[in-house]
Amino acid sequence: MSNAKLQHQIMRSQLGRVRGLGSAKSGVEHWWVERVTAIALIPLTLWFVVSLLLLLGMPQIVVVHWVGRPVNTVLLLALVVLTFHHMQLGLQVVLDDYVHDKKSHLALTLLNKGAALILALFAVVAILKMAFWAPALVVPGA
Amino acid sequence: MKDVRDALFVAQRSDGTLVRRPLSPHLQVYRFQLSMFLSIANRIAGVAASFGTLLLVWWLVAAATGPVSFATVQSVVGSPIGILAMFGWTLALVYHFVAGLRHLAWDAGYGFDKTSFNKVGPIAVAVTLILTVLVFAIGVSLWNSAPVIAVVPVVAPAGN
Repeated sequence: MSNAKLQHQIMRSQLGRVRGLGSAKSGVEHWWVERVTAIALIPLTLWFVVSLLLLLGMPQIVVVHWVGRPVNTVLLLALVVLTFHHMQLGLQVVLDDYVHDKKSHLALTLLNKGAALILALFAVVAILKMAFWAPALVVPGA
Repeated sequence: MKDVRDALFVAQRSDGTLVRRPLSPHLQVYRFQLSMFLSIANRIAGVAASFGTLLLVWWLVAAATGPVSFATVQSVVGSPIGILAMFGWTLALVYHFVAGLRHLAWDAGYGFDKTSFNKVGPIAVAVTLILTVLVFAIGVSLWNSAPVIAVVPVVAPAGN
């Protein structure tokens, strides 16, 4: 079979083929981003769980100071943003699999994306507030 | 037949009686296997851990608001229901973490075969249980040994 004939048999543009787009209108981006965020969350989650254990039962001022240290601020922001991104990607697959009614699916999809965004913003603002607030505080006994 | 699509699922026996064609096998016809439970458990754990993020956000917002709000979160987390919720969240997060590592290994081309599934599955369960109990035990002991909190300070630093 010559190459010229083969090209006529492909009912799909070469550009579309290169971009990896099929009838789903998107490629593997969702799957890939879910993995990328998962990999990033491995060290971030381990760090956060250990940190949280050490902060358990501590007074609020200690928590504010801990969040206010630049390394912790950055890692916490990364953790929160990636966690909520990974979360809404995963929940979206659950919705796609189990919710067959189109209206419900659309409503729940919007709720999923919206809730993840708002919750992430709440967390980001709280972290930033503590980061800018911490230097002004004096820890008793520190 | 209420739905026209049902026509596709009806066949005739040799004696002429109508019979519903068998559908493709569904969940209940399979013998229970650990791997099928671990697969759906990862999804359930992910959804459960998602609800746990509400607590994370509440904790952060309360800490950013002031000592009084923060004390409220601590009292709720320290209550029997709070401790139960924390245990559930820890279990969900730990299992989703462990199962996620397995998924990443499969994606990278390692252990993606029946023999490996059946060998690693029980290990994943054991690791999950051990890590959950360990994290929770450390958490409870650190919580109990933490300095006593002044729930309502005389002067709040800011907010509240």
